[in-house]
Amino acid sequence: MTIPISYYLILSGVVFLTGIVGVLIRRNIIAILLSVELMLNATNINFVAFSDYFRDLGGQVFVFFALTVAAAEVAVGLAIIIALHRSRSTINIEEFNLLKW
Amino acid sequence: MSQLFFVYFAGMIIAASVLVVALKNPVYSALSLLVMFFHVAGLFITLHAEFLAAVQIIVYAGAILVLYLFVVMILNVKQDDRYHSQWRIAGFVCVPLLIEVMVLLSGGAETSTTGPRAALASSAKTIAPDNTLAIGQTLFSTYLFPFEVASLVLLVAMIGAIVLAKREIGEQDNPNPMVRTKAAE
Repeated sequence: MTIPISYYLILSGVVFLTGIVGVLIRRNIIAILLSVELMLNATNINFVAFSDYFRDLGGQVFVFFALTVAAAEVAVGLAIIIALHRSRSTINIEEFNLLKW
Repeated sequence: MSQLFFVYFAGMIIAASVLVVALKNPVYSALSLLVMFFHVAGLFITLHAEFLAAVQIIVYAGAILVLYLFVVMILNVKQDDRYHSQWRIAGFVCVPLLIEVMVLLSGGAETSTTGPRAALASSAKTIAPDNTLAIGQTLFSTYLFPFEVASLVLLVAMIGAIVLAKREIGEQDNPNPMVRTKAAE
């Protein structure tokens, strides 16, 4: 008995929305980056589910690339956080309003 | 049986991801993200992606999360983390998106049983039993150029992280490097 593809879509949609909510409501920059990881994982679940559904390995290869981009994003993002913390000595997102109109 | 596994993994993934957003301490958020990564890896195994499950655990749980925990402990953040004042905007964005997803899925649910899976089942394409071998062959034949681009992305990210995170040269012992060079001359 196989699982319908729509269940995987619902699961990844819920996880993605959780990530969006986390990005929008958290004030800690590290928590915001963790929420971005949630969204990337939601897309990975989608990719693998469709890869199984269409019997095509391209989806799994794309998960591989998404993983690469996630690793790069984490490295650069955490470096930016460290630089910000060094200059402002806070990581509360509402203190960084230089580009806010 | 597979439905039981799916329900367990999906429930744990959703619960852990809600906890990532809800918990106030970043260390606890990172640890519940770890739980979520392990369950996503389990879900990958039920979807016949064993190699990706291993990579998920090694790269995400082993490398990325350790990096997060390092930064959390380097910065030593105090626990004054309240929720952002943008939560109204968050609700405004997410509730319509959730409704859209529900509408799309309820519309497409009845056609999904006679979808491409039935058409593809008749063709000779099946997922190879050796998942790692098949992914390697796909990666190094069809996706060779994106693979090289991905390695370049990693290199750029590494250099960028070093440049962003390191201190200026001579910043520690002398706040004004111009004076120092003049004195050295």
